[in-house]
Order: sequence, then structure tokens, then C-alpha cells
Amino acid sequence: MTTLKVNGREHQVDAEPDTPLLYVLRDDLKLNAAKFGCGLGQCGACTVIVDGKAVLSCVTPLVLLEGKQVTTLEGLGTISEPAPIQRAFMEEQAAQCGYCIAGMMMRAQALLLRIPKPTDQQIRAELAPNLCRCGTHMRILRAVHRAARLMETAALSPAEKRSDK
Amino acid sequence: MTRSRVIGAILAALVAGGAATAFVIAWRPAFAAIDPPQPQSFDAARVRRGRELAAIGNCSTCHTSVGGKDFAGGVPVPTPFGTIYSSNITPDPETGIGRWSEEAFRRAMRMGVDREGRHLYPTFPYDHFTHVSDEDDNALYAYLMTREPVRAPQRENQLSFPLNQRFVIAGWKLLFLHRGTYRPDATKSAEWNRGAYLVEGLAHCGACHTPRNALGAERASAAFAGGNVDNWQAYAINAQSPSPVPWDAEALYAYLRNGWHPDHGTARGPMAAVVSNLSAVSANDVRAIATYVADMSGQPAQSRKVRGEAALAQAKSTPAVETPASPGAAIYAAACATCHESGRPPPYGGINLGLSTAISGSDPRNLANIVLSGVAPVEGESSPIMPGFASTMNDAQIAVLLHYLRSRFSDQPAWSDIERTIAEARRTQTASLNTGAGARPASPDQAQRDKR
Repeated sequence: MTTLKVNGREHQVDAEPDTPLLYVLRDDLKLNAAKFGCGLGQCGACTVIVDGKAVLSCVTPLVLLEGKQVTTLEGLGTISEPAPIQRAFMEEQAAQCGYCIAGMMMRAQALLLRIPKPTDQQIRAELAPNLCRCGTHMRILRAVHRAARLMETAALSPAEKRSDK
Repeated sequence: MTRSRVIGAILAALVAGGAATAFVIAWRPAFAAIDPPQPQSFDAARVRRGRELAAIGNCSTCHTSVGGKDFAGGVPVPTPFGTIYSSNITPDPETGIGRWSEEAFRRAMRMGVDREGRHLYPTFPYDHFTHVSDEDDNALYAYLMTREPVRAPQRENQLSFPLNQRFVIAGWKLLFLHRGTYRPDATKSAEWNRGAYLVEGLAHCGACHTPRNALGAERASAAFAGGNVDNWQAYAINAQSPSPVPWDAEALYAYLRNGWHPDHGTARGPMAAVVSNLSAVSANDVRAIATYVADMSGQPAQSRKVRGEAALAQAKSTPAVETPASPGAAIYAAACATCHESGRPPPYGGINLGLSTAISGSDPRNLANIVLSGVAPVEGESSPIMPGFASTMNDAQIAVLLHYLRSRFSDQPAWSDIERTIAEARRTQTASLNTGAGARPASPDQAQRDKR
């Protein structure tokens, strides 16, 4: 049994230490936002956040995750209360088939944690490992900028918002 | 005249004489500035030849910055003595070489002196370029003078006194610059001689693959015995090569031409740009380089042959399915084996790690670099890629993995001080990521990319 912290909760997982995190998330914990794309760490569909950084869950074995915090898309927001990154992707209609989008959002989220107002160039460089076959790249780019603005607003406390007026 | 006056006069004469000698050694005249020649004035065939030569010389790697204009310079070259910035070699009249005559360009290649007579730092490898023929220098000149002029002023070098004084370079040249174009060896084939001319001259392979002395010059006694460049280890390419399977001319040719070889793996780090450039030059020249380099090692010793055959046999055998017995094995099984034991041919499948020079080499530096950063895709080319694991594994976990790889995939003794190497690799990797060096830019020439 391995203890795995996902989205703030501890789970007891019965899996070998070399089991990829993606399999545990999808098969054991039924968290299906992260997708199996290539299984080789080359497409980015399986991207999740571990301790604040974007990680390819299909090539990350359980043995590496001891004591670390895993965040999946389910941990960011819900259907009724989407997180800024999710709202931004919806408002920009950034998904076409949508298979890559969960990974895109997670890597973009990790970028925004590090750089709250990234440039076009920084977003392009950061998201380069995540492939999209539909070609919604320009919308994804706009969505990340929009998410940055939404987060900036959300970060202001009510008191700060009042003093802004 | 008193005794002290005599001594004073002698001293003064010595100082004056010394200064005069130094002046003669250090002083070089300026060549007159010319009006930038019209691009149409150059023969098209000569320009094309120059393009191939520039690719062999790997000029764009040092003279084109990430995201910058072709050949506009400004690339920081870290040295043990400080940082030197490459110059703008576009034909811009004010900030480039637009006002350089052909003669001035040839002198820079041959003697490391700019048009105005200033000594150039030997990061510009004129200790090799001095061997290039007039004809080839003129073709390079034709190629560079027909590029797009870019206004990009020289960035200030970061060197401390006295190295920031250019006359010091004259002394360095006295010691280490052996001028003269290449003289063929009549006992060898034309192909071998062509290879020697290119390797020792324009391709300047030794600039990375030969270790340097305390004054930053290549150690002639240890030619091609391996060096360091940009935080990567440039492997020995003579008989001391640490590759599990010995190199031969055929394998070298394929590797230099395609960027990978099934028995050796993928060119990465600073070598990636070299093979990208060589993919676009004449096959005969790459073959000549391969012939000459293979001959440096000569025929491998029987023990090396046996070792190579064992590595190949191990790589071809079906891996045993087993439950990973150690943390290192578990990391390897999930993070590495999915590609490296996929059985897919390279470049899209990873090579079996029993064939990896990074794992059998003397220094874990390249392996640490590659595990942290992966292999970035090249824009506009089909190229091998590997995800980096900098965000996935901490230093201790990488150390566990590297120890496992070394013990399972090589017959060499365990590395020592691996933790320090990993920490250092992560530090320089972070630095390079922060300067925005992400995906490796493709060769600046569209024609070169198209040839792939």
C-alpha cells in the first residue's frame, strides 16, 4: 500500500512502485481528467501538477510521489464553480475535441503559478510539450492570457477591491 | 656617467626595446573600410559553396542568438576567464562586417585580427580557421556578405584585467597559434586528407573535443581526448572513446548526417546544432570527416570489440519482465523503459541504454543534463524528443536513478560525487531555462531545413 496525496486528500493505493501515476488516477481514483495520449511523455495529455510543477503523469511512477502533493484538473474547480483557468478556456472556446485540453490547462496553471502575467512567448515555450491536433492553439493562447487576468482579479481581497474604487 | 645612471639607461633601453618588440608583435594595421559590396556582385556558385562551408564551420551556432536574427551575434560564450559575446557577421556597415574587404576577412580567419587591426579572442577558433584555404575563405566571405544586414551593436565582453586588454591576445597567439593552411599527407587517401582539412580547420572539432590547458588553449598532446563545453562533456573521439560499441566510419557518417545512429543514440547538447548543420552539406564532405575521425581511433582492440558485441547482443535480447526490486529500477521501469525498451527504431524510440555513451562515460554530467532537460524538439525538423524530468524528480531521486542505470547498463565502476554533478546540472539548467533557451532553433537556413 502506498499513500498518495491527491487534491488535498490522502488515498491508500494498492499498486506497485513502478505504476505510472496516470493509471492510479484514472483506474483506482476514478479521476479521469488526465488523459492517456501516447504513454511516452511526448504529447502532454496526461499533465498534472505535482508540488506546483507540471508533470507528465504517464511517465511518473508512484515511487517518486512520496510526500508530494498531486493536483489534477478536478482539484482546481467544479462544474458549478470553475477555476479561473477553466472559466477562461470555456469563455475563449479553446477546446475542439478537448482531448488535450485538461493537460493544456494544468500546464498553463503551473505557468501562472510561477509567472502571473506571462508573455505570448513564455506561454508558447511553456505549452510546447503539449500537442493539440485540432489546431486551437490561438484560442488556447488567448485563454491563458484571459486566465491570467481572471486570477489577478480573483487574487484581490474584497477590501482591496473596495479600495480600488 | 655614474654607475646608477648606466643601469638606469640600460633599464630604460630594455623597457623601450621590450615595448617596441611588444608593439611589433601586437600591432596590426587596419584595412581600409570599403563600401559594402552589392550582393549581386558575388558569383552565385561561390555563395552556395560558402553556405555549405558555413554549415561545416557551424558558424550560426555561435553567431545567432536564440530568437535573434541570423548571424547577428550577441551569443554569450562562457569561458573560465569570463563571458565573451559573439560578433555580428552580417554585412551591416556599422555593426557588422559590411565594410570588411575580402582581404580583411581572410586575415580574421587566418590570424584572428579584425578589420581595424584589433586582436580577436580565441573563442573565435582561428587556431583552426588558420588552416582554411584562401578559396574557401573567399566563398565564406561571399556567403556572409550576401546575408541580410542586421543592425546589432557588439555586446560588451565581461572579462577582468588584464584579459580585457587585447594586446594580451598577441602573447597567446605567439604561444598557441600555428599558422598555415593544411598540407596534405601524401601517404593517405584523398578522402582522408579532405577529412583532415575539414576536421582540423573549418569544422574545428577539437575546439570542444580536445581538453584545454590553463591558458585556454587546446592541449596538442591530448588531441581529441575529450573536453568540456557549455556544461556538457564532449566525449573523447580518439581511441579513448567511451562508447560501448566502437565507432567506425560508416556509423560516424550516419550519425553526423542524420543526428543519430541505432548503435549509439542521438546527438544532443551542443552537438545537436553540429549535426543539424551537417545534414545540409555535401555527403562527400561528411564522409571525409567520418573517415578521418574513424582513423583517429584506428581499429578497436579485441577487448573493445568483444564489449561492443556484448552490448549489442544485450540490447537485442528481449528484456525479462520482472517486478522492480529497487526504487531505481521502479523509476527506470515507468519513466525510461517505456521508450528505451519499446523496440521502436530510433530516432522515435529511445536506444537501449546498454548502448548509451552517456551511461558508460567517465562523467555523469551529460546523463544528468539529459534526464533533467530531455531532448527538445527542433522547430521545422523531424527530430528525436525526450521529456525532461526536472519537475518530476528531485536530486536524490535522480541520483538513485543514475546509480541504477550505471550499474545495470555499463561495466564501468560507479560514479563518485554524483549528487554534486546533479545539483550543478540543475543550477545551469535553470539558468538556461530562465534565459528563454527552450526549443533548439533549427538551422537558420530554410534550405538546410528543407534538405532534412
